[in-house]
Amino acid sequence: MSDICHLSLVEQARRVSVGGATATELVEAYLARIDAHEPKVRAYLLVDRDGARAAAQDLDARRARGEKLGPLAGVPIGLKDVLVTKGLATTAASRMLAGWVPTYDATVVERLRAADAIILGKQNCDEFGMGSSTENSSAHPTHNPWQPERVPGGSSGGSAAAVAAALCSASLGTDTGGSIRQPASMCGVVGLKPTYGRVSRWGLIAYASSLDQIGPLTRSVEDAALLLELIAGHDPRDSTSVDAPVPKYRAKLAGGVIAGTKIGLPREYFADGIDPAVRAAIDRCVAALRDAGAKFVELSLPHTKVALPTYYLLASAEASSNLSRYDGIRYGARVEKPGATLADVYRDSRSAGFGPEVQRRIMLGTFALRAGYYDAYYRKAQQIRTLIKRDFDAAFTQCELVLTPTAPTAAFPIGATTTPLQMYLGDVFTLACNLAGLPGLSVPAGLTPDGLPVGVQLLGRPLEELTLLKLGRAIEERCAPSPRWPSLGEEAA
Amino acid sequence: MADLTDKDVHEIAQLAMLSLEPAHAEQLRVELSAILEAMAALAAVDTEGVPPMTHAMPMDLRLRDDVVAPSLPVEVALSAAATRADDCFVVPAILGGEA
Amino acid sequence: MTEPAPLPTVLEDWEPVIGLEIHVQLATASKAFSPSATEFGAPPNSLTDPLVLGLPGTLPAFNRHALELAVRLGVATSSHIRARSRFARKHYFYPDLPKGYQISQYDEPLCEDGALDVLVGTRRMAVRLQRIHLEEDAGKSSHEGPVSHLDLNRAGVPLVEVVTAPELASAEEAAEFMRSLHRLVRWLKISEADMEKGQMRCDANVSVRRRGEDRLGTRAELKNINSFRFVQKAIEHEIQRQIRILEGGGRVIQETRLWDAEAGVSQPMRSKEDANDYRYFPDPDLPPLVVDGAIMGAVLKALPELPGARFERYHTVLGVSPDDARTLVGERALSEYFEAAIAARRADAAPQQRGRAISTWMLTELLGALNRTGAEIEASPLPPRALAELVDLIEDGTISGKQAKEVFEACYGSGESPAAYVEAKGLRQISSEPELLAVIEQVLAKNAKQAADYRAGKEGLFGFFVGQVMKATEGRANPQLTSELLLRVLKS
Repeated sequence: MSDICHLSLVEQARRVSVGGATATELVEAYLARIDAHEPKVRAYLLVDRDGARAAAQDLDARRARGEKLGPLAGVPIGLKDVLVTKGLATTAASRMLAGWVPTYDATVVERLRAADAIILGKQNCDEFGMGSSTENSSAHPTHNPWQPERVPGGSSGGSAAAVAAALCSASLGTDTGGSIRQPASMCGVVGLKPTYGRVSRWGLIAYASSLDQIGPLTRSVEDAALLLELIAGHDPRDSTSVDAPVPKYRAKLAGGVIAGTKIGLPREYFADGIDPAVRAAIDRCVAALRDAGAKFVELSLPHTKVALPTYYLLASAEASSNLSRYDGIRYGARVEKPGATLADVYRDSRSAGFGPEVQRRIMLGTFALRAGYYDAYYRKAQQIRTLIKRDFDAAFTQCELVLTPTAPTAAFPIGATTTPLQMYLGDVFTLACNLAGLPGLSVPAGLTPDGLPVGVQLLGRPLEELTLLKLGRAIEERCAPSPRWPSLGEEAA
Repeated sequence: MADLTDKDVHEIAQLAMLSLEPAHAEQLRVELSAILEAMAALAAVDTEGVPPMTHAMPMDLRLRDDVVAPSLPVEVALSAAATRADDCFVVPAILGGEA
Repeated sequence: MTEPAPLPTVLEDWEPVIGLEIHVQLATASKAFSPSATEFGAPPNSLTDPLVLGLPGTLPAFNRHALELAVRLGVATSSHIRARSRFARKHYFYPDLPKGYQISQYDEPLCEDGALDVLVGTRRMAVRLQRIHLEEDAGKSSHEGPVSHLDLNRAGVPLVEVVTAPELASAEEAAEFMRSLHRLVRWLKISEADMEKGQMRCDANVSVRRRGEDRLGTRAELKNINSFRFVQKAIEHEIQRQIRILEGGGRVIQETRLWDAEAGVSQPMRSKEDANDYRYFPDPDLPPLVVDGAIMGAVLKALPELPGARFERYHTVLGVSPDDARTLVGERALSEYFEAAIAARRADAAPQQRGRAISTWMLTELLGALNRTGAEIEASPLPPRALAELVDLIEDGTISGKQAKEVFEACYGSGESPAAYVEAKGLRQISSEPELLAVIEQVLAKNAKQAADYRAGKEGLFGFFVGQVMKATEGRANPQLTSELLLRVLKS
């Protein structure tokens, strides 16, 4: 698998910049792979063949004129379909937004375009980002490239699967409670959830505003570092975006020294309920890092067990509010039966437009925000959120970062999870990071005996993404899965 | 935590502007009751004197200068609407009060 | 049903309790949370942007000027201004509310515990303000038979909501409160507050209770009372309606009623009470709103002297009558003209005299002329400096009051300076004793018979001599001096 599509994003951009490859060759190579493998993976909701080809031709023409190209020159990137793209249908995998063609670009999309990346298409996800398996997409499920009868994780499952299957060079996903890291873990790719506010949310279709962040899913830590560097930074259109300088993550990655790094192992994350095969992979990773000179400290994050209900309550409450705008009036699907009143149009449009999990969370969130229940539920959960944040503050006095499994299990079969609560439990290791606003990175840490990828999660102090990336690179060098990429049932050319 | 009643589910659906078939309402009642039972763990946590956390990163609101940017052309503003007339969005008659 | 008793009679038994919620549009160029314009009267849906339309993925960014204007109102009403206040989402489904929630403020509003001075008849009262908070306006719907049309131009325009304590005791007090607030926000240039354009809108909570009763009665909320006259009429009507119900043994229902100005009655709004749970929570898209030293400094620097303080100064220091002082502070532009004219007066004018003549000339001659020519005071053809000059010319005896009217008319028309006009026309009054005595000698010599008659006791002829002197001087003789000298000569 040494084809151009499996080269790192950094290397692809370098080749296009210096003329070792054209953007058109790169785009065509990916389109060919999509033709060959997308029917098995179903990672995409929309492949913008014409747009990608036109952008590639334009880039090649600019290079031919002697122009210097941007740092993502010609690199075909996929976007989770909750990221708004001007002129390109954006649906959040919901019937509610079927056919909606936005009139503006998300900030991250503007920044990708400014860096000369090519937008290859929109990728599948759980509807509005609500789910952990991509089964909640209104379009179709996505299949895990390692074992197609299994889920890719979620909600950014289409992105993770596409990156793992080399159906795009890299992708941007979103993470509200683990939606980048968990599918990255299940598909054997790198997934980074930046510090809350590090990346502008302008143009991210909101699920839970105080938890949502956009981040990269890539085939290497270096690729993630470069993408983060290019999409991060202050944006006046997002009042929660952090006004702090953006480090040159990629350049600084090189100087990573592992010896002496203090890593916390929170005992609540290594308790019952972890699949033994996952546990074994994490243990191997810890051993490898210890051999490299890292220091481990066992510590406690005492409010871990209430993080799950806290998260679901806060996220659902915010979702019920954020999804109030979908009424079928100004855009989106409208159901208007003959003689319908205004209230009928609202109810029929919303009930037909939203899938079951979305309706469940709207109901839960609406319940929690009602006048008589607010203090007992929403406010209580916000207070516990403070306690969870304090747990991490205390932990970071003892260590520089925290290491945990990303998910308690490897990818599970499509259709295997039957109750909502069972599904929610899959996010148990990832969501505290969002509640505390911390950066989190999932890096592949080998395969289970069944050949399924396992991810290790690193959590850091606010704005310390570089610390995570450095350690992530060390793990990548020592614990890479073998084989590194799924075969997709045939050897690639 | 007591289970949700039919009436609770109906009231919440009313607030959320969702129309639920009876079977769906009953399914949601059972599922939400189970979820709320799991949420009972919240009540057991001592939060006396703990401030609520609304924002993941502590910061003050930055202010925007009062500068006008061009509006969307009317055609663009209305382009995604299912029903429109006379450069307006159209809905069934509003009969006073909040819908 | 019998005819209701006239209001004054029933009010011996019943006490109305009224609280007002007044929305005032802030005079910003762009919207509260996004950069589209706020003009009035633009074609439908021509002032929108992705946020105003509530498009997926959009986020709010708050307008600094809206904050400054709201803080200005807070300072002017002696409100407590929160160093950190918070935006909250208020949820309800309505087609003119694009996001399905309104960004407002709930339990941590910008301003609390203020007061506004109101003059009711001759009684001054300080009406307490519970809060002033920031929020965004909704769009507008218009009804076209079986459908409604939506125009989102107004959606997102910044508002303040001013909430009074429930302690207004009559429709008249409520209307006077509205007038005072209207004057204040215009004075402070916080809002144009044009009620016909919906820039100031009033809702009233009205209840009645038997006199002596502590507990408040059940209240009804009156919506859509958008003129001073309607405020008074609608509240009066509501007080009578409730008294009639209670005296008939009925119960007042807590409800929202819409005032129909044409019919002069209110109707209950079709609103499901159980649907009125707004599910407020702090807006996660907007960190706390901070009023820091920089904002406060900018507000205080731009804050003009308030109408109340000016009224006091005009009346007590500048000798203006209370009625005139009230008129002058009724409108910022009028007061600013007065201030400029006072500043332009001659340095040696006596303080108590400085204001009175200016205000008299302004409120009679100048306003009359402006009315006739349809000009605004800001664009008066006679600038404040010229009016001051005219008053100076009268007070130093250069021209008479009668001449001054002629000078005023001429200068109002031509824009010429009064001093220059007087000089050019030779209108300077004759106030020199020898000069006038010479004229008087001539007049008496010419009218020797009448002089003899006067001296013989026919004192009614005095006016005749004054007239002859005026005629001989073409009206330039100083009237007062003329009389004095005539008396002296005739009695000698």
